[in-house]
Amino acid sequence: MNYKRVTLFAGHYGSGKTNIALNYARWLRRQKLPVTIADLDIVNPYFRTKDSEAALAEEGIGLIVSEFANSNVDLPAMPKEAYGLVNDPSVYAVLDIGGDDRGALALGRYTPAIKEEGNYEMLFVVNRSRPLTRTVADTLEVMGEIEEASGIPFTAIVNNTNLGLQTTAADVLASLPYAQELSQITGLPIKMTCAAEQLCPELSGIVPDLFPLSIQKLYYMINSEV
Amino acid sequence: MQEKTLMKGNEAIAEAAILAGCRHYFGYPITPQTEVAAYMAKKMPKIGGTFLQAESEIAAINMVYGVASTGKLAMTSSSSPGIALKAEGISYLAGADLPALIVNVQRGGPGLGGIQPSQSDYFLATRGPGHGDFHVLVLAPASVQEMADLTGKAFELAMKYRMPAMLLADGTMGQMMEPVVLPEPKEPNPVPPAWAAVGTEGKRFHNVINSLYLDPLTLERTNFERFERYAAVERDETMWEEFMMEDAEICVVSCGITARVSRNAIVEARKRGIKVGMIRPITLWPFPKKPLLAAAEKVKSFLCVELNMGQMKEDVELAIRCKKPVDLCCRVGGMIPSPDEVLAAIVKANEQGG
Repeated sequence: MNYKRVTLFAGHYGSGKTNIALNYARWLRRQKLPVTIADLDIVNPYFRTKDSEAALAEEGIGLIVSEFANSNVDLPAMPKEAYGLVNDPSVYAVLDIGGDDRGALALGRYTPAIKEEGNYEMLFVVNRSRPLTRTVADTLEVMGEIEEASGIPFTAIVNNTNLGLQTTAADVLASLPYAQELSQITGLPIKMTCAAEQLCPELSGIVPDLFPLSIQKLYYMINSEV
Repeated sequence: MQEKTLMKGNEAIAEAAILAGCRHYFGYPITPQTEVAAYMAKKMPKIGGTFLQAESEIAAINMVYGVASTGKLAMTSSSSPGIALKAEGISYLAGADLPALIVNVQRGGPGLGGIQPSQSDYFLATRGPGHGDFHVLVLAPASVQEMADLTGKAFELAMKYRMPAMLLADGTMGQMMEPVVLPEPKEPNPVPPAWAAVGTEGKRFHNVINSLYLDPLTLERTNFERFERYAAVERDETMWEEFMMEDAEICVVSCGITARVSRNAIVEARKRGIKVGMIRPITLWPFPKKPLLAAAEKVKSFLCVELNMGQMKEDVELAIRCKKPVDLCCRVGGMIPSPDEVLAAIVKANEQGG
């Protein structure tokens, strides 16, 4: 799989950007690259990259996150270090952007530098099981809104169709025609199709560019049933 | 049956409300419930509904009053500090016997508190959120599926008993994502009920929607009548779920997110030979007094697991008439107990005996 100096993950909120960004940063790290992940989410109050802070430090992956993440401060603040990351060509940057156009708006201030360097991928993360990206038509609307807000057009699609802990291999397979249709209409390639790592043995060889995900642990764990 | 969808709890509320036939949403943004408003803003204009971001929470609840007066399903949503602002309007809804849905995705308090999850509005919700003698129906979902199911149920009960209903969730329930099977859509504009103020067409007397009574005797009578209705609600609509209670010696009582955590702890405690089960109230008003009183005859003690300083514990003690000790395991300020913390509380209760 090819990679660029800057990788941006954007999409509808709840599409799985944070988990994929974390896994992608680890994948880059496994190629012995210097990697830093920046949490630029100004929308989501809970379930942030910061939940993986200790694990990332152990793996030698840098983490840039608002000092207010996971706190009680309800401020859409951007981490000041993110400027440095965007401007430092010696580090591979993975940027986790907030959901929808509102989240992507925060990216705008970095857009000129990212475009000028021209060594980036802007990835559209999509989960067909989410209510507002169920159809290709609805998805195109979300894509357009994000591109307009961020000022960067998408360069590829990341298919992350899942039903959380209840996802089966069949759910992933059923999403492929949708992702292909989206790819055809937009002219963008499908960079990868994500699946939880325990599903990958069933999918490997069938799903092109399969990307296994290990899911971020929360500080409390609950049953999938009530 | 509809296809499974992966939804945030807040989105599930919004979609379920639309499917229940609600076409009027009035709100004001506040974390951690803003996705309800965001979803409505996106969807309502496409289906001929009304999404209105009011100038304040107080304005929003009074807009709900207006739509509810016409017999249509109306709703608002907020989080703890915003719900406190709505209290006056909720009292007016109750005083005018109007059905409405008020969603409270709780965060830590008091005051501005924080944006992380909490269950500290238990008293506010169950004691009647506002001035005067009244109750609202209070439903406490413990999964994203229940966020959807209880939204529909809340509208149904509110309309049936002509009273406001509150969906009392917490920040985690609002933000977490789980697969949901959504209900079948209902007709958005059913025939208005006989009491609705929709114009007489010169064929009948006016329907008056009002909570002001100039004659104290009449006001007293409306209060008595309302409480007869409340008695019917308590008798017929109390909802709860029992888990591993058959041979339980310790009864955990918990709702919402802490019921989910408790369930993990109970399974773990059972592996260690501790006979523990749970009664999970689904309606907090009416409170499941009967099954708790029945359990008091069998168990040695109760353990409340809550995200507040023990507000529900008081209802448990009242329900069981203080027949058995009631312990409390709680975290507040936006913190959630881990299954291990609940397990430790169960182990301690087991060692203490009755």
